[in-house]
Amino acid sequence: MTTDSPGASPWLSPSPRLWKMRCLEAGLIGALVALIAGLAVAQAGTVPGLIAAGVAVVLTGVALRFLRNRFRSWAYQERDEDLVVKRGVAFRRLSVVPYGRMQFVDVTAGPIERLFKLSTIKLHTAAAASDARIPGLEQQEAARLRNQLASLGEAKAAGL
Amino acid sequence: MTSPSPNALHWNRLHPLTPVVRTGRFLSVLLVGLALSYGRGHTDNTAALYELVVAGVLLPVGVIRWLVTRWALDGVTLRIESGLLRRDSRQLSLARIQAVDVVRPFLARLFGLSELRIRLAGAGSANGRLAYLPHQVATDLRARLLATHHGIDPDTPEPAENVVATVPPGRLVGSVFLSGATTFVPSAILLLVLVQVSSTAAVIVGSAFATYLVGFVQGVWRRISSAYGFAVADAPDGIRIRRGLLGTVAETIPAHRVQAVRLIEPLVWRPLRWCRLEVDVAGAAGREERSGRTATSTKALLPVGSYEVARQLVAMVIRGPEPETAPPPPRTRLKAPFSYHFLQAGHNDVLVMAVTGRVRRTTTWIPMVKAQSIRRIQGPWQRRLGLATVHLDAAGKRVRAEFRDRSVDEADTLMDDLTSLSRAARRHEETTAATTAGPSSAGQSPAPGWFSDPSGRHQIRYWDGVVWTNHVRDHDVASVDPLAAT
Repeated sequence: MTTDSPGASPWLSPSPRLWKMRCLEAGLIGALVALIAGLAVAQAGTVPGLIAAGVAVVLTGVALRFLRNRFRSWAYQERDEDLVVKRGVAFRRLSVVPYGRMQFVDVTAGPIERLFKLSTIKLHTAAAASDARIPGLEQQEAARLRNQLASLGEAKAAGL
Repeated sequence: MTSPSPNALHWNRLHPLTPVVRTGRFLSVLLVGLALSYGRGHTDNTAALYELVVAGVLLPVGVIRWLVTRWALDGVTLRIESGLLRRDSRQLSLARIQAVDVVRPFLARLFGLSELRIRLAGAGSANGRLAYLPHQVATDLRARLLATHHGIDPDTPEPAENVVATVPPGRLVGSVFLSGATTFVPSAILLLVLVQVSSTAAVIVGSAFATYLVGFVQGVWRRISSAYGFAVADAPDGIRIRRGLLGTVAETIPAHRVQAVRLIEPLVWRPLRWCRLEVDVAGAAGREERSGRTATSTKALLPVGSYEVARQLVAMVIRGPEPETAPPPPRTRLKAPFSYHFLQAGHNDVLVMAVTGRVRRTTTWIPMVKAQSIRRIQGPWQRRLGLATVHLDAAGKRVRAEFRDRSVDEADTLMDDLTSLSRAARRHEETTAATTAGPSSAGQSPAPGWFSDPSGRHQIRYWDGVVWTNHVRDHDVASVDPLAAT
């Protein structure tokens, strides 16, 4: 990881509610898959149907474990000149986006995110590959970060 | 400098033949369709009638569009007004020009007309198109725009150029067929084999092959006609590219607007030591234009040419010492056994250079000042070997220099170095820009006066000889609006 300069701001993480949200999403999808798999295989008998449903439940458990790690891997740090975003379990990614390169900041909240009072913030630069996206921010934190980024972006804006 | 008085704007119109050329392009398509339907024996008069009606509607629409469109050069901005119902008034700040193109479709060429496209970039900026102008007017205007962009007297005539490379037609055709052959030959062989095996399969595959052939011929034609007569020249106001068979395009890219340079050596061209050189430029015009993020476009600086000429062009564009490159650590061989020998990357204070790819060997140069973001990626396999990849992204889709499979220590130092070096480069550019900022964007400061508002929110803004003030005017109504940093 990049060396922290003295007095650097701390690494922040998405809200713990993001994990609850992921649980709900995975749970809903897992239950649906278990139901469909169970019903489909139940044509062949009750026992295979139950086994299929069981397999789906176990897979959901594995997926949840993966999601748990992924949730824990998200972190961001606001440095003096740039925003640093860290994510990923198998593929670990660390992005450094200078404030001066931001073109606009998107704050989005889908229906499930709104249910958990969360938002996703995304920084856009002229490069399509700069993936500075932070999901699961509490709405106040998202608003703070957006304002902070917008003002820093304006102050440090650099031409293409 | 033109007169600062706001009332002295000299509005110009497009060429009167514009509606004819615009509808003519459409009509020629219709006529071909009509001819085809006659050729098939459908002597149906309703089709002809329908097309006459279409032409009868299109032409007046074109005339109205022509009537309501006007443009004026106002010091450091080009203003274009168009639209009858939805009035569109564009103010293009010449300091932000990324590239200027003179496009001449075949029909426009017959009438001696040209289209001028001005590419700008940055959040919320618009691109300008002036279609059509008499060719002489278009080239004169291009010279004025570029002179203003570089902060010199707009009346300076277009500087002389030095042609660096041309592409002979034979080589162009050869290169297009050579790269086409890589897909054409295998599919032709497959078809021949299938004919021997089964006739029904051959019919199916044959019809698919025929469709593919139509697309193939179209692609070959497009590549040849767009790059025919290709010439690239170095001039004080930028890199000039001229190309085209029926319709011609003349592009001018100020050298400091190049976001990235790429040298591509496809496998099939390598025995001939041919390569292709591309540059990425921010801003897009015409059909490429999209809302939201800044569009970028890739332009061929050399569609096909020898390695030596390409290197000469690279030196011309990047104008600086090339960094030393180094291969990744030997253990990378375990992860990338085939491409290991080609991986190279390095950087100096102002430039990043990286080589990747086995089949399509690609060398990328990105000026440090153009870095948009820096990323470090580590996959599971790389983690086991203690490797990581560092990307330096520039504006555009997949425009990046890759330090692929470097050791973790090196990757960490790279992250810090690239971050601070690109920041320093940006700072340096800003300070040099700030000392030369002003209505003419560079050069000596002009005298105080009213100039068109650089923010584009108002008609004019007062320049006190050193900085822009908060005083603005719209149609002779004075108001105060601070000029925010743009």
